[in-house]
Amino acid sequence: MFLQWQRSSSVTVGLLVLVWTPLFHSHVCLSKQRCGVIICRYSTVYDPTEKVSLFIRVIKTCKKMGIKTVAVHSDVDSSAVHVKMADEAVCVGPAPTNKSYLNMDAIMNAIKQTGAQAVHPGYGFLSENKEFAKRLAAEGVSFIGPDTHAIQAMGDKIESKLIAKAAKVNTIPGYDGVVKDAEEAVKIAGEIGYPVMIKASAGGGGKGMRIAWNDEETREGFRFSSQEAASSFGDDRLLIEKFIDNPRHIEIQVLADKHGNALWLNERECSIQRRNQKVVEEAPSTFLDPDTRRAMGEQAVSLAKAVKYSSAGTVEFLVDSKKNFYFLEMNTRLQVEHPITECITGLDLVQQMIRIAMGYKLQHKQSDIPINGWAIESRVYAEDPYKSFGLPSIGRLSQYQEPLDLHNVRVDSGIEEGSDISIYYDPMISKLVTYGKTREEALKKMEEALDNYVIRGVTHNIPLLREIIVHPRFVSGDISTKFLPEVYPDGFKGHMLTAGERRELLATAAALYVAAQLRSQKFLGDLRVSVVPAESRQWELCVELDKGLHMLGVSRSGNNYTVEIDGEKVEVSGEWNLASALLPLTINGKHRTLQCLLRTAAGEITLQYLGTSFKLRVLSKLAASLSKHMPEKVPEDTSSILRSPMPGSVVAVSVKPGDNVAEGQEICVIEAMKMQNSMTAAKAAKVKSVHCKAGDTVGEGDLLVELE
Amino acid sequence: MVDISTDYIYQVRLTTHISAVIGSLTHALFTNRVNARGYSVNHPSVQERIEKKRQAALTGGGQLRIAAQHKRGKLTARERLELLLDPDSFVEYDMFVEHRCSDFGMEADHNKYPGDSVVTGQGRINGRLVYVFSQDFTVFGGSLSGAHAQKICKIMDQAMMVGAPVIGLNDSGGARIQEGVESLAGYADIFLRNVMSSGVVPQISLIMGPCAGGAVYSPALTDFTFMVKDTSYLFITGPDVVKSVTNEDVSQEELGGAKTHTTVSGVAHRAFENDVDALLNLRDFFNFLPLSNKDPAPVTECHDPRDRLVPGLDTVVPFESTKAYDMLDIVHGVLDEREFFEIMPNYAKNIVVGFARMNGRTVGIVGNQPKVASGCLDINSSVKGARFVRFCDAFNIPIITFVDVPGFLPGTAQEYGGIIRHGAKLLYAFAEATVPKITVITRKAYGGAYDVMSSKHLRGDVNYAWPSAEVAVMGAKGAVQIIFRGKENQAEAEAEYVEKFANPFPAAVRGFVDDIIQPSTTRKRICRDLEVLASKKQTNPWKKHANIPL
Repeated sequence: MFLQWQRSSSVTVGLLVLVWTPLFHSHVCLSKQRCGVIICRYSTVYDPTEKVSLFIRVIKTCKKMGIKTVAVHSDVDSSAVHVKMADEAVCVGPAPTNKSYLNMDAIMNAIKQTGAQAVHPGYGFLSENKEFAKRLAAEGVSFIGPDTHAIQAMGDKIESKLIAKAAKVNTIPGYDGVVKDAEEAVKIAGEIGYPVMIKASAGGGGKGMRIAWNDEETREGFRFSSQEAASSFGDDRLLIEKFIDNPRHIEIQVLADKHGNALWLNERECSIQRRNQKVVEEAPSTFLDPDTRRAMGEQAVSLAKAVKYSSAGTVEFLVDSKKNFYFLEMNTRLQVEHPITECITGLDLVQQMIRIAMGYKLQHKQSDIPINGWAIESRVYAEDPYKSFGLPSIGRLSQYQEPLDLHNVRVDSGIEEGSDISIYYDPMISKLVTYGKTREEALKKMEEALDNYVIRGVTHNIPLLREIIVHPRFVSGDISTKFLPEVYPDGFKGHMLTAGERRELLATAAALYVAAQLRSQKFLGDLRVSVVPAESRQWELCVELDKGLHMLGVSRSGNNYTVEIDGEKVEVSGEWNLASALLPLTINGKHRTLQCLLRTAAGEITLQYLGTSFKLRVLSKLAASLSKHMPEKVPEDTSSILRSPMPGSVVAVSVKPGDNVAEGQEICVIEAMKMQNSMTAAKAAKVKSVHCKAGDTVGEGDLLVELE
Repeated sequence: MVDISTDYIYQVRLTTHISAVIGSLTHALFTNRVNARGYSVNHPSVQERIEKKRQAALTGGGQLRIAAQHKRGKLTARERLELLLDPDSFVEYDMFVEHRCSDFGMEADHNKYPGDSVVTGQGRINGRLVYVFSQDFTVFGGSLSGAHAQKICKIMDQAMMVGAPVIGLNDSGGARIQEGVESLAGYADIFLRNVMSSGVVPQISLIMGPCAGGAVYSPALTDFTFMVKDTSYLFITGPDVVKSVTNEDVSQEELGGAKTHTTVSGVAHRAFENDVDALLNLRDFFNFLPLSNKDPAPVTECHDPRDRLVPGLDTVVPFESTKAYDMLDIVHGVLDEREFFEIMPNYAKNIVVGFARMNGRTVGIVGNQPKVASGCLDINSSVKGARFVRFCDAFNIPIITFVDVPGFLPGTAQEYGGIIRHGAKLLYAFAEATVPKITVITRKAYGGAYDVMSSKHLRGDVNYAWPSAEVAVMGAKGAVQIIFRGKENQAEAEAEYVEKFANPFPAAVRGFVDDIIQPSTTRKRICRDLEVLASKKQTNPWKKHANIPL
């Protein structure tokens, strides 16, 4: 089965609208004023001193500033965390975003209805929509963010480049104009020289970005990008420019007020990406020296000034191996990864944005902006990292526990236990931020935080995150935007166990098994027929892992288990029980936190260890020896059936029963979380049956089409 | 008795091969035996004979047949017991019993196997007493002789006297045809004991090979029937007879395999991957059951806090009352360690039943499943639910019922199929039950189905409603069409109806629910109630036996 990415998913969902009280202007009693915040699923402020989750923090900030909040939500989000926390909530429509979070009329009504005086748009959705900003201005409602002119100028890739050039910002060689057809695209690409990058002018981030290495790919890229531009942004203009090979993605946070003052708040290194979407970010970057940092910061500030920018903004650069940097685009919203900047500078960006929107001057001078310590952010997604570094997954968070009891860890999420991760939105679960005095400290903390993060009910990308942050190349700072495909050329396969780690894992499974066996012999209460437990202090077990069989000897005293594997002794101890989601263990003196994801009567134990989940089977020696007689179950032949790789909806079905298809031919297109996924035939064959039609909702693994 | 006679047809086919083998060996062995009868100085002592017989009993049908059994992916009768029971706990009975048939050359020594075609005895599962029999396919294809039946009856009788469960591991070609009516009598003896034990000690059948003809009725009479996928079959008549009688072409697997019986017929309660998987799961399952109807539901050590809040439950029921959700999300959330041993998970999926623990105590869970057919009650789900409820009631297992039911399924298929008498079974079972009954209405409780689902009126001990509960005669749309027939402003009337009835108050003000509770506190409330209700005493009027609408 082959997948073709026709679209990359949107950055995130979010619309935070807030309205302030006159407290700022005069000391009028708040309760008489109607105020509101409209917020959406994800938005955040970081406060390194307080471990409070995102929305509590946003609303706390607002409360601290005397601002009441109103949350807008779609009907599926009506019980979302932010909705419950806000002072008021307004439903703006059904789940599909164009009927709710993108429905400007409904949002304008909500603003009128609640008497909101300001709107914080969060990320995505309407946060960069100039039309929305205009309508707000017409109603006299403040938009927390830059004004329409800046949004318009920076939202347009072509115009932004022209402005950047004029402001003496380094830009990438490319064609700044509207591309009419595929042949023109090929011609332009030829002039610039391959490789080139093609993307929608109106799109932000990695959305709709395609790289072409030849004419054929240019044509294809043009087709996809223009289609996507039309469907996502209603604006089919494109941009073609030189593709910088092996680049780093480093961005500068800027802050500018309405009085012509601007600051740069250092950089964020966002090179670890998959399909042009950020996965792990850090601040500062290991790569920049003070001179480069200053040069980039100054150019970013001069760009902000050139567009009379006010509010927080991000200027994205591509940096090549020689520290040449090129302007990429400017994001006129508060970005997902902004907390790491807050960590190292101590500034509260949301507070700054609100101040700026109210017309205050910047509080700080450039010389006031420090780099204190190091911050890392991991984007925790509900997706399967074993498929193309992450295909969306959905489900209900049956158990969810953030590692908030750890010091210097922040989790910004908009979900809680019981939340549904639906196919309608971006699959981000949270932003996990760790802070340390040094990079090493922050990375160690990230390991710990990932190990202590309990997410059950949906497939998540913690295995990948956990591997990235300990990879020698990442640890040494040798990264680029191609990190993932270079480090995992055959796709991500999970953590590769060393012999010692393997023993730790086996020993833990054995200890769990023995604990469960012992408990199952403990019956309480008065018993008519006495219980005669099998007396045993020594267990002989056979543990299967990755088809390898291991004979283990286990002895136990209290909560301490001694496991003998191939002549080596492993000591497992710790305070845990069979109901605990986390297993804080001491294994041979080392502290390890594992999670038991599954334990069945038939001896199957699934453990999350070093981020990756491992399936083990623990059997008594007898059961193991008898298992060899058990028949092998024949797995299904997958070349002639096409199953949905992810939950989503069927956009189009291109075949009908009886059709002959070639290998690689498109059979149908599945969309989930705004990402379209073309399903192709794994072999040349005749279509036997089609089990889906356009508009159907399908689950992961559902049968779509059978070939003969 | 069509079933029994056709069983013979199946059996003849199966034993033809065995007889042929036996025939060829008879002559040679017979001559040896004459010599041995000469009471020579080499005559083995009793001690040696015991040892010899014991060894013979342990090898069953011999190494060749054991190898053949393994090749089929099946374990031997003794291996199965070894795995099912605690190490060294098995106490065997009747190892020296031999069949008494003297026809067709069966009296020959080589045709006698010490213990015959079944291994019986008692042992322990996690320290608790259990009586077991395990049919030995390597001896005459596990066929049932008079002696075989007698051995089973012996342990069943003792299990009844002692008050301990009986587990049967079935792997038998059917009746021992050579014995004729004696074999038939043996079946009936077992059936009678199955019936007498019913409701006294739990009886579990695990089908691990063929089980055909009259033999199927013993598992059918027991409380639970489990199967092993791909290697076990249950049918009245095999595919050949089916072909000759109804001209249907059907494979053994399609006719009576694990998939058929766990999804279509509802004959079996669960299926497992293979022998090892099945036996390990059976050990686990056994821990939920009391030893007899005189024992309380077992309580094991519990690590999951009894007062644990389950925040996820506050959001599990969607706002739109027509939208489905998974009842298992609620069930898992409430239970100890999310552990749920579901009974019949793939049959009549609109009702969920199974065993679990709350604060360590075994409970029976019944829940409507809104995800399947809106959670309505139909013929199959009523029967599935009723049988489960009656088991729990017979064996002192408290019943926790989660209600989200829009009513009984309408239609000719259901009416012609007798939904009235089948639906009555579930009603009967809940009404009759005297074990602690706790009911949680999560959303809809409409019409007669509301009454049925362990309502207050059927002696529910504690009945809760979640804030999302709607107890009404029917949904708003249908109700408005009747109340305001022909009137304008149907939408307005509907809104009024929703306002009046689509909430827990109508039931709460009448005391039909004891409290309206925050969903996240459900576990805590149930654990507390179970503790209080543990000493519940309630008896039904004396009767010879009740007359459930079968």
